[in-house]
Amino acid sequence: MKAAVIVFPGSNCDRDALCALRDYATCDVSRVWHRDTDLPRVDLVFIPGGFSYGDYLRSGAVAARSPIMSAIKAHATRGGLVAGICNGFQILTETRMLPGALMRNAGLKFVCKSIDLNVENTQTPFTRAYKGNSSTSIPIAHHDGNFFADKQTLERLEGEGQVVFRYGHNPNGSSRDIAGIINKKGNVFGMMPHPERAVDPLTGKTGGLAFFESLAGAFQ
Amino acid sequence: MKAVVYVRPRSGVLDPQGQAVASALKHLDFPEVIEARQGKTIELVLEDGDVETAKERVTQMCEQLLANTVIEDYQVKIEP
Repeated sequence: MKAAVIVFPGSNCDRDALCALRDYATCDVSRVWHRDTDLPRVDLVFIPGGFSYGDYLRSGAVAARSPIMSAIKAHATRGGLVAGICNGFQILTETRMLPGALMRNAGLKFVCKSIDLNVENTQTPFTRAYKGNSSTSIPIAHHDGNFFADKQTLERLEGEGQVVFRYGHNPNGSSRDIAGIINKKGNVFGMMPHPERAVDPLTGKTGGLAFFESLAGAFQ
Repeated sequence: MKAVVYVRPRSGVLDPQGQAVASALKHLDFPEVIEARQGKTIELVLEDGDVETAKERVTQMCEQLLANTVIEDYQVKIEP
């Protein structure tokens, strides 16, 4: 499978994402600069974590209006996979490719630690390598991870199985402990925790490995 | 001319920063403070022109970038 990692000024997880996609999702990965207007032919667009544009205005707000975003929207409309991690999730909500918004953490603190996650939906291309009803441990590192959506949207997300990951212990005030969601069509996914930081036993736990193994299986 | 855009959290949306501000004011012996909501002000310097058109254009700017209407309300003021 071919993947593109989008790089914005202030992205800082793009290299980790590239390595994890290459080594654990067996992807042929290229990096694409946010000013580009064309995407290479890829199966997956990966929007990595970081602090694009210094989180100015709102986290992800300026990046969401980058020239490359039209091509990413067209890719998603064609059914291509899009994954946004942390700042990538914020960018996807800012483009309205995913519903809701990521607000300042309820405790007002930047939270950086490994947390327990429940995998709520293992039928997605991003999670099918996780076992049903399983929990995992993946690091978070964010200041704006407090997922907010109106009641109607939350009900719809729950009803359609669009809540993919939920926190075991809510670290940021997110509505209904939501850590990751997918769009209705099932090809655009966002989560605050960082699976790319939990793939190699050398650097700690491997709770993110199944995320990349899921992607490896998505096009077989 | 100048446009001033006020962006603030929508009512019903939790505003932890506003809560922290209200709590700090109470500690400073301002017990009359019931609630604080923290937002932001964006000042735009615009080419001179028709006020109504400017208001319309700045509203488009709010919808497209300056505010996230999922969580924020905005108000536009044009100062000719």
